[in-house]
Amino acid sequence: MLIFEIIKVAFSSIRANKLRAGLTMLGVIIGVSAVITVVALSSGARKAVEEQIEALGANLLSVSPGQSFMGGRASESRVSLTVEDAEALARDGRLIAAVVPEIQRSFPVEYAGQNASLNVVGTTSNYGAVRNVKITYGRMFSIGEDESRQRYAVLGAAVPTQFNVHPRAIISQTILIRGQPFEVIGVFEAKGSQGWSNPDEQVYIPLKTAQYRIFGSDRLRNVAVQIKEGASLDAGMVDIEGIMRREHKIRPGAENDFQIRNSQEFLATQQQTTEVFGVLLASIAAVSLLVGGIGIMNIMLVSVTERTREIGIRKALGATRANIMFQFLIESLVLCLAGGALGVALGWGASSVMSTNFGWNTLVSPTAVAVAFAFSALVGLFFGLWPAQRAASLNTIEALRYE
Amino acid sequence: MTPATVTDSTAARMAKLPEGVPRDSIIVTRNLRRAYEMGSETVHALRGIDLTIRRNEFVAIMGPSGSGKSTLMNMIGCLDSPTEGQYWLNGHPVWELGDNELARIRNKEIGFVFQTFNLLPRATALQNVELPMVYAGMPSKRRREAAAGALDRVGLTDRMHHRPNELSGGQRQRVAIARALVNLPSILLADEPTGNLDSKTSAEILELFEHLFDEGQTIILVTHEHDIAEHARRQVHLLDGLIERDIATEKAT
Repeated sequence: MLIFEIIKVAFSSIRANKLRAGLTMLGVIIGVSAVITVVALSSGARKAVEEQIEALGANLLSVSPGQSFMGGRASESRVSLTVEDAEALARDGRLIAAVVPEIQRSFPVEYAGQNASLNVVGTTSNYGAVRNVKITYGRMFSIGEDESRQRYAVLGAAVPTQFNVHPRAIISQTILIRGQPFEVIGVFEAKGSQGWSNPDEQVYIPLKTAQYRIFGSDRLRNVAVQIKEGASLDAGMVDIEGIMRREHKIRPGAENDFQIRNSQEFLATQQQTTEVFGVLLASIAAVSLLVGGIGIMNIMLVSVTERTREIGIRKALGATRANIMFQFLIESLVLCLAGGALGVALGWGASSVMSTNFGWNTLVSPTAVAVAFAFSALVGLFFGLWPAQRAASLNTIEALRYE
Repeated sequence: MTPATVTDSTAARMAKLPEGVPRDSIIVTRNLRRAYEMGSETVHALRGIDLTIRRNEFVAIMGPSGSGKSTLMNMIGCLDSPTEGQYWLNGHPVWELGDNELARIRNKEIGFVFQTFNLLPRATALQNVELPMVYAGMPSKRRREAAAGALDRVGLTDRMHHRPNELSGGQRQRVAIARALVNLPSILLADEPTGNLDSKTSAEILELFEHLFDEGQTIILVTHEHDIAEHARRQVHLLDGLIERDIATEKAT
């Protein structure tokens, strides 16, 4: 009962000083909204990286041609990575679940009189399954169609748009790759850029077709290797390395002439960097919240001095120390919580403006909101404590005489 | 009084008062002393006050400045604690009580009326009068009724929803008196209640005091003005921290 009365008193004294209360809250508002925005930005960035990792496909290692080393000096020619290497990996790898060789080069592609220079990728029928890309329209080519060197093409999601045609309408149409006619049998879903390449802007054709009809070469750009579930990527690397060294007849002690990359690891490192950066920014924002809290303490101290007489009157009429303390504590708590709520709204707004206007990835998580809100309550309690303590311990007689 | 069968706690407390003190004594002090440290000096504001005030007395405490009357008033009002001696207020051994108990005593037993009114400036007359009941933990509906009743008693029914700055000095002091009376205190403790009022308004306030006294209220008036003190039935004169004279007076006509 008394508690509600005291809360009412605290509210009415905030209402009596609206401008001051607003300015005081501003510190907390800015602090909380900064925390929310920064956390939203960094968790948005993390989510984007997580999606990229997801998009890469699970348990994937990538083998690419490296440089051969002669006496510690890099030779100029790139050593080849061939279709035979890929076949050997698929045949002999104990820990290997799937092998996706990719032959790749830029060629002129023509559709309905329009020309574009696109990356053409020759690959096997399991490309989509391993790389975790689904077909949205049509179908993928089969193993048999690969073996029989069919002129079939599956397009990346952005390619139909480039030719100003709806992806459904381009199915069964003919495109010309390096002057040769290919039937479009499918369109992949959009995956987004992966930094060094954009799979959405590529044209996929059967490996054998590419090897014998278009590229005239068996040199691969890359072999994606999926490691069996349960096996570690490190063990997979050792497996791949053994087969590759045998295939390339590299003597013991000599350097590898190929590279095995763990793209997930690379992205994970990138993610760590993002996170460190995010934590740094969030702590700067938290400092501003702290400064806001100090502002509240400052104003509460002024308020206590200003209302010395009121405190004296209340104590003379029977308010206990706890009553007075509670009144001022509630006041600073209300200021901080109201500031916190407004700050959450502002931070939320800022984050959505950033994502719609600048295309930045933001993610306002409920946890971040809860933590920022709880933190502002804590700030209110912590920085309200000393002024409230001072108010409660004022000498009643002197307070009554205070002018 | 039949002490053996009494269950009333006030009566039980009263029974513990010192020997020879009338059982209806509201205020009893024994050898009350108060010393202040002022730098290296010790100032003895009260140097052994023995005072007994019975129920429904109208007492004026008088004395020149520095005589210790303010200190005595703070002591009687439970705003300050004695350095030595004993003080019973309505049977409560005040000198033994802690902060929270003193706050409760001030709330229940004492109605303060100050020279400068000491109303809360942002609260209406009604809210000001409600304040002691808020700290007594009374529900708001009963509080409002009681506050309205108290304002009615001092003749301010029509000014209930005005703030102090919309009221005259006399009206403010009436609000303060209503506030002092609303918890039905044992004593009304007024400190120079007419000090900030003109003579006509002062007369009205003193008339109100007379009226309250006639209704049975115990009143203690602290003042240095003789014509104000003449309204009381008893005058206690202080000098240098001691009671100089304690005389019964007839009501001035």
